[in-house]
Amino acid sequence: MKESGRERWLSLLLLAPSFLLVLLFVYGFISWSGYISMSAWRGLVPDYTFVGLKQYASLLQQPRFIQDLINTGLFTALFLVGNLFFGLLLAVLLDRKLRGETFFRNLFLFPMSISFVVTGTIWMWVFNPSSGLNVFFSALGFDTSNWLWIVDKRMALFCVVMAAVWQMTGFTMAQYLAGLRGISDDIREAARIDGASETQIFTHILLPQLLPVTVGAIVILGHISLKIFDLIFVMTGGGPAQRTDVPGIYMFETTFRGDFFARGAAIGIFMLLMVAVLIVPYLIYSHRMDK
Amino acid sequence: MRHTWIVLLIAVAIIGLSLPGCSGKGKNDQAADQAAPQELTIFSWWTAGGEADGLNELIKLFEAKNPNAKVVNAAVAGGAGTNAKAVLKTRMLGGDAPGTFQVHGGAELIDTWVKAQYMASITALFNEDNLGSKFPAQLLDMVSSNGLIYAVPANIHRSNNLWYNVKIFQDNGIEVPKTLDEWLAACAKLKQAGITPIALASRNSWPVTHLFENLLVAVGGVDFYNDLFAGKIAWDDPKVMQALSTLEKLVAYANTDHSTLTWDQACGLVSQGKAAMTVMGDWAKGFFLSQGQKPGVEFGAAPTPGTVGTFIVVTDTFGLPAKAPNPELTIEFLRVVASIEGQVNFNLKKGSIPARIDVPTDRFDEVAKANMADFAANQLVPSCAHGSATNENFVIALNNQLNVFVNGDEVDKTATALEAAAKDSGLRGE
Repeated sequence: MKESGRERWLSLLLLAPSFLLVLLFVYGFISWSGYISMSAWRGLVPDYTFVGLKQYASLLQQPRFIQDLINTGLFTALFLVGNLFFGLLLAVLLDRKLRGETFFRNLFLFPMSISFVVTGTIWMWVFNPSSGLNVFFSALGFDTSNWLWIVDKRMALFCVVMAAVWQMTGFTMAQYLAGLRGISDDIREAARIDGASETQIFTHILLPQLLPVTVGAIVILGHISLKIFDLIFVMTGGGPAQRTDVPGIYMFETTFRGDFFARGAAIGIFMLLMVAVLIVPYLIYSHRMDK
Repeated sequence: MRHTWIVLLIAVAIIGLSLPGCSGKGKNDQAADQAAPQELTIFSWWTAGGEADGLNELIKLFEAKNPNAKVVNAAVAGGAGTNAKAVLKTRMLGGDAPGTFQVHGGAELIDTWVKAQYMASITALFNEDNLGSKFPAQLLDMVSSNGLIYAVPANIHRSNNLWYNVKIFQDNGIEVPKTLDEWLAACAKLKQAGITPIALASRNSWPVTHLFENLLVAVGGVDFYNDLFAGKIAWDDPKVMQALSTLEKLVAYANTDHSTLTWDQACGLVSQGKAAMTVMGDWAKGFFLSQGQKPGVEFGAAPTPGTVGTFIVVTDTFGLPAKAPNPELTIEFLRVVASIEGQVNFNLKKGSIPARIDVPTDRFDEVAKANMADFAANQLVPSCAHGSATNENFVIALNNQLNVFVNGDEVDKTATALEAAAKDSGLRGE
């Protein structure tokens, strides 16, 4: 009994420094941001007057913020669908035990190792109507004068989504590949003997087994897309006519250029709540799974 | 027993190594205490090209007069100073003020720093050296608050400049337009000849605001402009809407890919003969010169049509932070900045013109000479796109709204949105 008491005490001691650091630098700072978001601090002289939810109310009246939320919703939806679809497609194609599998797996996984800033810069050049894709397409004979890509306020968000999907598809593919490998061949053989077609095997056996992978991928990709900043900042700067603006960029400008700290904090807390809506149900679900 | 000690050691090591990270400010405080008594830190975003060269000229002059002093050039890279301003705020709020820092005159200096009581007045320096008469009164107004002067203007940039391709004008028989009507007529003529009349760059938003402030002066005049930025006129006023309509007309005459271009790329369109004109500050001169072109030969400069007789001012100034470590050194540096030698040497390298109106003009090129003459004689107004006329929050909103506008929005919707933004940012009292 005494040994297990000492062991527990030792474990707590070892965890203590990390615990304290996280408590201070993560939760402490979040609380401070929350406090500032309910203050009237505007300008370089701190003003901690409590104003309740006034900053949030005024934020929701800003047309720019409403556009940001719409853009984020659209971006997240397209990003998730694109990633899951292409990730699954590539994983299924690679699962055939082909000869070049390792090469292709690495090829698709590589973009994930590049920083979003590099991706954003290169794709900005690709989608530039005067010097990017259009040069290639006009050489093939197309009339590209109306293909404005990233300059077109209706197309710009899709261009940004394409760059983001290109970057993260490899990750989703790797997750699905691992998931598919985890399904033993015996089940598939048994189904084939029973007369199931390949499509039926896919939809009734493989897909349901991949549900945990899908949920995990949605959580990770979802929180990336809700907080996205650097890719869009570099690629469009908020885009033609605010069509690619996101809360992250708005917060950066309003806090560090406009010195409007209270509003910046409110945007930050808002982003935290958006991500929490995604993460908290997942945590509850996985906690229940563990039980 | 042994396990316990090892674990304790690791725990202490982790805590011990992470503590210095917690006391970030402590390190800076120590550095300030140990700062050499004769050290001057100059903070700016002039890290490259003519700007860095100009700053070095000032430093050379200062070091010649103060051989015992050591200058620390704390310039931070990053276009238009976005990074530098953020670093500066962190330092000033943390109590680690530099000896002096570059700041745009007008709202950026007064509203951000002076009103927050971070700056000390230098009226004494102006009185000692009799500088009050050497700078235009309207310029000194931009660096003063409540009758006290807070910064020395180092240079002047002109915002209302029209840059044009000389060959295109000659080939098409275009005279340099002086009024808005002449300008629009020239645009129509050029468009018929198949040439893009205007080069516009809206990728970073501010060049559009830059053009718009020119149009506000052209349409409404100096008093209207000043009242507008003092919050006395609403932003859905008919004259504002007229300026927006004019902007709409000019955008119709501009290159369609303006959303991907930066200001220098728009100037590039003019220098390569792909567009006829562009409106940009006089820093564009440096760009044309770097393309090997000569003023009056390949490119020409004139006041923006409709603003002849007005000078829209962008000015970089240096002041004295209230908590500067060695204020006497700062004052000596400001003395150098305000001196004739300092003004000439700095501006020759930087490409701007001196803020002092009594300097010899012989070493400056013809574009600079023309602007210097205008500066001494014209009515001066502070630029809004470059932080002088109003607070940064409104400029951010203005940049965004105008970007939406040039990408296809309506005049009255934009005007209403601007009025709402003006109220939200405190420009129009709530």
